[in-house]
Amino acid sequence: MYRKKVMTTLAAAATLGMLMAGCANQAAPESSGSAGGGSSKVNIPALTSIETPKDAVLPAGDGKATCPSTTTLAYIGAETGANAQLGINIFNGIQLAINQHNKSNANCQVQFKKFDTEGDPNKATGPVTQATKEANIIGVVGLPFSGESKATGNIFEQQKLVHITPAATNPTLTDNGWTTFFRGLGNDAVQGPAAAKFITGKLGAKKVYLVQDDSDYGIGLGKTTSDGLGAALIGTDKVTTGQKDFSATISKIMNAKADAVFYSGYYAEGAPFDQQLVAKGYTGTFIGPDGLKDDQFIKQAGDASANAFFTCPCIPGELIPTFESAYKALNNAEPGTYSIEGYDAATVLLAGIDAGNQDRSKLLTWVKGYDKDGLSKHYKWNDKGELQAPTVYGYKVENGKIVPIGAIGE
Amino acid sequence: MIPTLLTLLPAASADDSSWITFDIPSLMQNFWSATFDGLTFGSIYALVALGYTLVYGVLNLINFAHSEVFIMGCYGVFFTLSFLGFGPSAPNLSVGSIIVNLLLALVVAICASALTAFLLERLAYKPLRKRNAPRLVFLITAIGASFTIQYTIFLVRGPNPEPALTMFKSRPIFEVFGTFIYDQQLIIVIAAVIMMVITERFISKSRTGRGIRAVAQDPDTATLMGVNKEKIIITTFVIGGILAGAAALFYVMKIPSGVQYNGGFILGIKAFAAAVLGGIGNVRGALLGGLLLGLIGNYGQILLGNSQWTDVVAFVVLVLVLLLRPEGILGTSLGRSKA
Repeated sequence: MYRKKVMTTLAAAATLGMLMAGCANQAAPESSGSAGGGSSKVNIPALTSIETPKDAVLPAGDGKATCPSTTTLAYIGAETGANAQLGINIFNGIQLAINQHNKSNANCQVQFKKFDTEGDPNKATGPVTQATKEANIIGVVGLPFSGESKATGNIFEQQKLVHITPAATNPTLTDNGWTTFFRGLGNDAVQGPAAAKFITGKLGAKKVYLVQDDSDYGIGLGKTTSDGLGAALIGTDKVTTGQKDFSATISKIMNAKADAVFYSGYYAEGAPFDQQLVAKGYTGTFIGPDGLKDDQFIKQAGDASANAFFTCPCIPGELIPTFESAYKALNNAEPGTYSIEGYDAATVLLAGIDAGNQDRSKLLTWVKGYDKDGLSKHYKWNDKGELQAPTVYGYKVENGKIVPIGAIGE
Repeated sequence: MIPTLLTLLPAASADDSSWITFDIPSLMQNFWSATFDGLTFGSIYALVALGYTLVYGVLNLINFAHSEVFIMGCYGVFFTLSFLGFGPSAPNLSVGSIIVNLLLALVVAICASALTAFLLERLAYKPLRKRNAPRLVFLITAIGASFTIQYTIFLVRGPNPEPALTMFKSRPIFEVFGTFIYDQQLIIVIAAVIMMVITERFISKSRTGRGIRAVAQDPDTATLMGVNKEKIIITTFVIGGILAGAAALFYVMKIPSGVQYNGGFILGIKAFAAAVLGGIGNVRGALLGGLLLGLIGNYGQILLGNSQWTDVVAFVVLVLVLLLRPEGILGTSLGRSKA
């Protein structure tokens, strides 16, 4: 009986094998002319350096600052959890700023404390409450994600504790009337139009297909991007978080002969989507926002990721040599996404402390009136806490790595 | 009160012009590619659905942990192929050696899935059977076993999917109704159908198959007639595991980055629905249900305009079918069916 079963399995396996041999021997076109995918890949060279403002404020200051030894800045955000890497990038940047500051200012040794939220809105209120109760903490860099920022903004507001987020991009965060919330980068209302301009401009796409997921982030960004695309937008589709099979969406894209696909969502779906598109003979470009800009995208999309471009309101810190070498020396790793944003946000607060703003209300007033260059960009906030002139960068995949290609959307 | 509540409701949706619209031209245009893609995924559903159906037929148990039997097969494929040097790029190997490699992966996947199914039966269900536990306890145990396996994998492998594994570069081989058929689609559909036909023959013709049907029909009488019930049960689990292992290879072929701790969950639910749609306990029903579910989901999402409708359409159809035929399309009994 068992033998028979083994035999049947083997027979099935063998059939599979023979079938494959037969198929693979067929000479087939690499990709068909009639089945979608217009333009050949656009070649935009990778950026090798970026200009930094000449008079950028640096954490070291003039070395003459004095402050009480209890003065403390805090990072609140993910240290562990599924998205820990982003948090690690950020607090390593902050740590670098504080080290540089303390080394140069012997009479002002600022303490640094970290609070872990795991990036989870449900777990963030605990650490935030705890931090706001510590009177010595006069400024915070965080929280990195939109969900947790939304959940905890009121706590900061009640305790009048200034905080600068180095990564949260949901546009509605600044609509809550909070006076202590500042965003250290462009939001998705800036990223969407910039992405649209990038796709139809630099990438030269004529027929763009937009696919969005079912998250707040994906829906919001999908809306701002499609508004910006205008007539170049030839179709849209919506997918779900956790979806793995995109064949019906791909069939529509191929029939529409799109030459660019924008995916508004995260890499967990974006990567298999891109991979399946390319497997079906798609030859156009694939563009995604910061939710896709992660090495995981390349790992999961494999070879297909070579057609991918990303937009991100983050600045490539690895291209600022002084920052890159100092960061590497401290952390034994290259700066990651949002490292420079963390560094710059900490610098704004440190400069305030050096200028004598050494309690919560004074430091808050300092940030409100701040109007100076940081290493990555100019920092000046409007009354809602949005930067007045944020930058969006383009990135692409080159030899299996994500590399910057310059500012976009200007 | 009601008007107040209504005003509190948010506007239907951001762009409510697209609430429900039927895009018939799009369906016409994409009909054939939706059909071929639907059949491809449908055959994977069907292979997994067989595992649910066989166990249900014999034990009247919905083995919710079958999705984990499947995902263990996926890990089997992943580890074998990574060990053999496959990676995100399509390998630069001759056709012959790719086949040998894939067959090896198939064997490992089948072993991994069958072993998982075997252990599941021995460790989770057999002790309950010995104590004559009520049926609800089996169901809860099945759900518990499913979570236990999922989160054990999570602890070992982390939250991210394993890196993509490309087995070969999928190529179009011929054109039907203006749509290309890819070698990958053909391999999956034909191999899956062959495996199902063999399973069906095995159950209707072989001695063991007769035993399985006998136990499904009347376990006590079957035992009296000399059928070793325990042996039949374990065989049923193992057959389900073998088919899930094969499904795992096809699934990873189709979705190279699908190997993830909870990657079997949704597929498992769909496969279970496919089994119910075709008539749970019925081998031919699983095949029919799987293919139908794949097709309906694909047609539905194209007709209604976006992929978020896939599951809505598939499950509405499932409910409608069950309203008209509560036993599923082909009826439920493994014992009585001629299969």
